[in-house]
Amino acid sequence: MCLAVPGKILSIQGEDFARTARVSFGGIVKEVSLAYLSEAMVGDYAVVHVGFAISLLDEKEALRTFEYLKQMNELGELEVEAEA
Amino acid sequence: MKYVEEYRDAEAAKQYAASIARIATRPWTIMEICGGQTHTIVKYGIDELLPAQITLAHGPGCPVCVTPVELIDKALRIAAQPNVIFCSFGDMLRVPGSCTPTSQNTEAAASSGFGSDLFSVKAAGGDVRIVYSPMDAVRIAEQNPAKQVVFFAVGFETTAPANAMSVYHAKQRGLKNYSILVSHVLVPPAMEAILSSPTNCVQGFLAAGHVCSVMGYTEYLPIAAKYRVPIVVTGFEPLDLLQGIYMCVLQLEQGRFEVVNQYTRAVRREGNVCAQDFVARVFRVVDRKWRGIGGIARSGLGLAEDYAEFDAETRFGVSEYTAQEDPECISGLIMQGAKKPEECSAYGGRCTSDHPLGAPMVSSEGACAAYYRYRRLRPGSAIAIGGGHG
Amino acid sequence: MAEIKEFQLQCPTTLNDCEHVQLAHGGGGRRMHELLEGLLLPSFGNDILLERHDGATLNIGGARLAFTTDSYVVRPLFFPGGDIGTLAINGTVNDLAMCGARPLYLSSALILEEGLPMETLRRVVESMRSSAADAGVQLVTGDTKVVDKGKGDGIFINTAGIGVVERDVSISPRNVRPGDAILLSGDIGRHGIAIMATREGLSFESAIESDCAPLCKPVEALLAGGVEIHCMRDLTRGGLSSGLIEIAEASGTRSAIQETSIPAREEVIGACEILGLDPLYLANEGRFIAFVPEQEAERALAILRRFPVSSEAVCIGKVVEGPAGMVTMKTLLGTERVIDMLSGEQLPRIC
Repeated sequence: MCLAVPGKILSIQGEDFARTARVSFGGIVKEVSLAYLSEAMVGDYAVVHVGFAISLLDEKEALRTFEYLKQMNELGELEVEAEA
Repeated sequence: MKYVEEYRDAEAAKQYAASIARIATRPWTIMEICGGQTHTIVKYGIDELLPAQITLAHGPGCPVCVTPVELIDKALRIAAQPNVIFCSFGDMLRVPGSCTPTSQNTEAAASSGFGSDLFSVKAAGGDVRIVYSPMDAVRIAEQNPAKQVVFFAVGFETTAPANAMSVYHAKQRGLKNYSILVSHVLVPPAMEAILSSPTNCVQGFLAAGHVCSVMGYTEYLPIAAKYRVPIVVTGFEPLDLLQGIYMCVLQLEQGRFEVVNQYTRAVRREGNVCAQDFVARVFRVVDRKWRGIGGIARSGLGLAEDYAEFDAETRFGVSEYTAQEDPECISGLIMQGAKKPEECSAYGGRCTSDHPLGAPMVSSEGACAAYYRYRRLRPGSAIAIGGGHG
Repeated sequence: MAEIKEFQLQCPTTLNDCEHVQLAHGGGGRRMHELLEGLLLPSFGNDILLERHDGATLNIGGARLAFTTDSYVVRPLFFPGGDIGTLAINGTVNDLAMCGARPLYLSSALILEEGLPMETLRRVVESMRSSAADAGVQLVTGDTKVVDKGKGDGIFINTAGIGVVERDVSISPRNVRPGDAILLSGDIGRHGIAIMATREGLSFESAIESDCAPLCKPVEALLAGGVEIHCMRDLTRGGLSSGLIEIAEASGTRSAIQETSIPAREEVIGACEILGLDPLYLANEGRFIAFVPEQEAERALAILRRFPVSSEAVCIGKVVEGPAGMVTMKTLLGTERVIDMLSGEQLPRIC
């Protein structure tokens, strides 16, 4: 469950709990609430669920999956540092 | 679409699958909690890419599937009333209540005026509307002051912030005609229930990535430690799942049981604190019944006292209503990962997506429906036609 | 602590013998199929009907005519890219084209709801006029009825059409055979999203327009070019998947397609992602699939691509040996999955 999709913030209006953004999902633009993502800025990618941005997409981390794979291929195996 | 399509790369998927095959030396059973993850697995055939030693069990991560049958009945009763506009996510429209047309209570059902699911209430003339967001329901309430607008607030922790905001806005605007029918469930108690069951066979978990976007993942640390199971916070695209499975198998092979985060692009350790705080303002933790599993203590959300006036069960006087769970449907065992849908004798015969027996066959990512839609005719499945497994 | 249920093997019989007609019976998916196969075809059964093709091809006094009918009950009446009038003309024109016929004459029966604004009716009629002109057909007979307020959804339109099959062609599911290439005339899902966005109020800023359009010109070009066409079907409700499954079942063959070859606009994909929809099941109104012998595929595609409505025509797979009625798809990841007929309408989801 929890269908949430990353979209690009095109513009922002309003304040506090009424703060909203126009977000583009592959060219489809929808108005999304930023009530829970006060740090979001125009140009950011936000993960959106039922019309609410719930988390900011970390574009650096987005590459991690591919770097991990590359390292795996190079080393044959990779130890993962556990988070305590 | 950026940040979506890259995670469906076939070449990378094959490489991940090969790496999993390389490190897996023994059979392992891993459960993905979230229905959206089940959907991806079955849609892309990810379990086909995995080596035979890895078994994926599909967990109760479908709030649609676990909504107790009496809550569906309550929804049907409310929705059938003439002055009500009943708003719901599309997922809930075809979930069967306890009264199906062929059951003994057909007459009772007919005379009480509610059908077997919200879709049939709509067909019979009830004002049932699909909404994309709970805020749409609030707007409908503002536009229809003479009607009662009820929103079916279903979901895991991911959806709670949105539902909470709808109630908050209703209160701010002094709306007297908005209420929510609450069926919120929480993931960690469900995981504990599965792990503490005597029939548990799950050895590692893929935690629900979007739930963790909101809640963070510190709640899983005591679970991992207590039951000695690795828990990997995982996303929803094929590469996310494959990487998550790899990270889980690696821990299993190494005898570790830690909580790690695969879905780092969307999940932070502490989650979305603002959303958590808000949910805590509007909701409080309560005991909840899970369809097919039974009651789990402190596993759900109900409205906090300050917002109790928005509770639809109270407003419509249906709080005391109870209904029997269908004892024949084994959805509970399926959602705990103890059985696969194909092992249910009704599956594909008396229980299909056209005439479902239980919720996992209705919800598009309930385990049974996912299997039925994408598997039913596959060679090797219980209802296979044609031979050979490729 | 959870109560764990005992595994029990008995199940009550809960087969849904529908006592009432449901929306799903008109949805183009499994339920409608059941209605056709369970009631309508057995009741009227004759060889022509049992071809299960979009239209009937009749031999009358030495001429081969194609005859078809369709009713249009769409809500909303107006949507980006068209309205009920455009659909009513193009839908029937396309069914005739799918028989290999040149569409000639249409009838139209209007059922109007009391209270419908005259301006609405004027707009719809104007759409019908201009669509008929574009398609080169004439509306030659019709009927108008008005029902009490509350008894109709604004307007219902039925159109029936006649066309002439000018060439010695036989286009029917029974010609489909293993080895045939499956061609798709263009990108999928636009109509379904346009309708759903307008109807469910799932408003998008950049409106996706319906792909509603007549298909007679590209089909005519294929025929004029002497391409051997085994079967064609225009995609409507139920989408690409329904079209493929219907032909697979009617022809007793198996189709295998590749997900990577199916074109879809980025906005359609975006809308599907946020609503949780599968483009394979979305309605189309200006797209068709064609089954041609493998060696004809390249030439057929070249012809189709000359026309705007089919400029993105592609080959999406082929007919293979295998269980009759099965449609399988090689996914983006290279795994294989069965494409099943949808039961009921596809609904947006949050899960």
